[in-house]
Amino acid sequence: MINKELARKLYAEDDRLEPGAEVQRQITLPWGQAARISYRNVTMRLGRAMITGAGVVLGIAFLCSVWTAKVAQEGIARFEATSATYVGGEEASLAPGAEEAEAEAKARAARQAWLVVMSLLVSAVGITNSMLMSVTERFREIGTMKCLGALDEFIVRLFLIESAVLGMLGSIVGAILGHLIMLVVYITKERGVAAMMDWGQMVEYILIALGIGTVLSLFAAVPPAVRAARMPPAAALSTEI
Amino acid sequence: MARIECPKCHHVVDTPGIVTVCPECGADLRGVMEELAHRREKMRDVAHDDSVTTHEFIVRTKELEKIYVMGEVEVPALRGVEINIRRGEYLSIMGPSGSGKSTLFNMVGGLDKPTKGTCFIEEVDMAQLDAFELAWLRCRKIGYIFQTFNLIPVMTALENVTLPMIFAGMSSDEMMERGAMLLELVGLGDRLHHKPYELSGGQQQRVAVARALANAPAIILADEPTGNLDLQTGKEIIDLLKELNEESGVTIISATHDLKMIDVSDRVVHIRDGQVERIENRADIDLDVGSLGSEADPELDE
Ligand SMILES: Nc1ncnc2c1ncn2[C@@H]1O[C@H](COP(=O)(O)OP(=O)(O)O)[C@@H](O)[C@H]1O
Ligand SMILES: [Mg+2]
Repeated sequence: MINKELARKLYAEDDRLEPGAEVQRQITLPWGQAARISYRNVTMRLGRAMITGAGVVLGIAFLCSVWTAKVAQEGIARFEATSATYVGGEEASLAPGAEEAEAEAKARAARQAWLVVMSLLVSAVGITNSMLMSVTERFREIGTMKCLGALDEFIVRLFLIESAVLGMLGSIVGAILGHLIMLVVYITKERGVAAMMDWGQMVEYILIALGIGTVLSLFAAVPPAVRAARMPPAAALSTEI
Repeated sequence: MARIECPKCHHVVDTPGIVTVCPECGADLRGVMEELAHRREKMRDVAHDDSVTTHEFIVRTKELEKIYVMGEVEVPALRGVEINIRRGEYLSIMGPSGSGKSTLFNMVGGLDKPTKGTCFIEEVDMAQLDAFELAWLRCRKIGYIFQTFNLIPVMTALENVTLPMIFAGMSSDEMMERGAMLLELVGLGDRLHHKPYELSGGQQQRVAVARALANAPAIILADEPTGNLDLQTGKEIIDLLKELNEESGVTIISATHDLKMIDVSDRVVHIRDGQVERIENRADIDLDVGSLGSEADPELDE
């Protein structure tokens, strides 16, 4: 048996909750509440979030390792060039060596540009794929939220917050990983490499990588989230994953 | 688009609002158009005015048709359904699996659009509502209960129940208090902070019932609410719904192929192949159930 008094009270109370017609018409999802829900989604599904994040981590790690290699190689080349001048002493022997070094530097730059483009592609594909998955497997939840009165933009807002946070965290982890691994590789090759590197440039590259990871995550998550949000609730509810 | 009849030559014009003179006789149509817009505005106001709750029928469907198109094949799920549902009644929609109950549920609940025909909620034509008004309707006017519970898995019972209140713009404190009271009402006062997977099926469905009541809706739509529950638990959920119906006057529309639903219903609409087969009143139902022992109805035995 239910508590009849409570049942009546819960229905009567509704009048008190609606002081004016204007309030009554609103449908809202404050950013604070949205952030709370998104936080819940990430922490409660930590395993899933880590898989989604892993796509970002791998992509950004690859990108950062390529950039670390670039900065390290440039540092070494610069160091060798200065010592060559020092050791060579005579100007006559310097000219042909410099030409060779220049050609080699060009080839290396081209190779590195190619690697950067490749790693960007890898990041984009990895991130898009994992974000797409995490939206798709939640169609049912999206449908439920719409039944409860969510506007399409609320759904998009939730995924926006989530993917931005995952993208940022994933990028930070990825950048640290990729950078450290490549640094260790170069240190085993050339002991004093850290001293030869241009650290200002390195920090710049890492920041760019963080930006790329976050932005890519957002761009990867938003289109599927928008598509899912626009589905009629009945269709979203009946999808089987 | 608006369809306007010319006041002078009675020629009917379809216009999105750009054409303002009659193409036949050149008469000025702006007066008529303004009046039409005014009337529409008024209709909208009615949709939001809670004081206007005197309509006899809270839900009316008119020639409701739904055809699902799957590639080349067309599947007619509803074929001209007309039902009028009274305020405060407990209505069961019975029919074998595949007869179109869920489809009807989706149309009435504004979860999908009919192929033809329309559905009125408190005399408001759902086909005329925009996305915002539909969301408002789903949030404030209708509570949904599903066969598969559909709780948000990462949220606690209390968070699930308060979610529709967030959308309705309720303050945090009020929300928590009301959420706790609702869970208390359905007998889960000691399970506020449990996650769905920590609850039994019957308890999850109770949370869903509490959530459906979050914004004190006028209508509760339940699609096979006992479909995933055992006999005893299913009975408890139905009794809970019936008591809520009696105490708060909320209209309950429940799709089912479960006979247990019959004796709590004020009326039973039988549908078959997307059409209303017959409608039984409570008095007739009692007779039917009485005669079940001697002469079992093979159709009802499902
Ligand atoms: N999304 C859909 N796409 C195609 N056909 C559908 C879809 N939903 C339901 N149907 C078809 O419509 C008919 C009615 O289905 P439904 O309303 O789910 O019946 P019930 O709920 O009574 O079991 C069935 O023939 C079913 O196959
Ligand atoms: Mg069904």
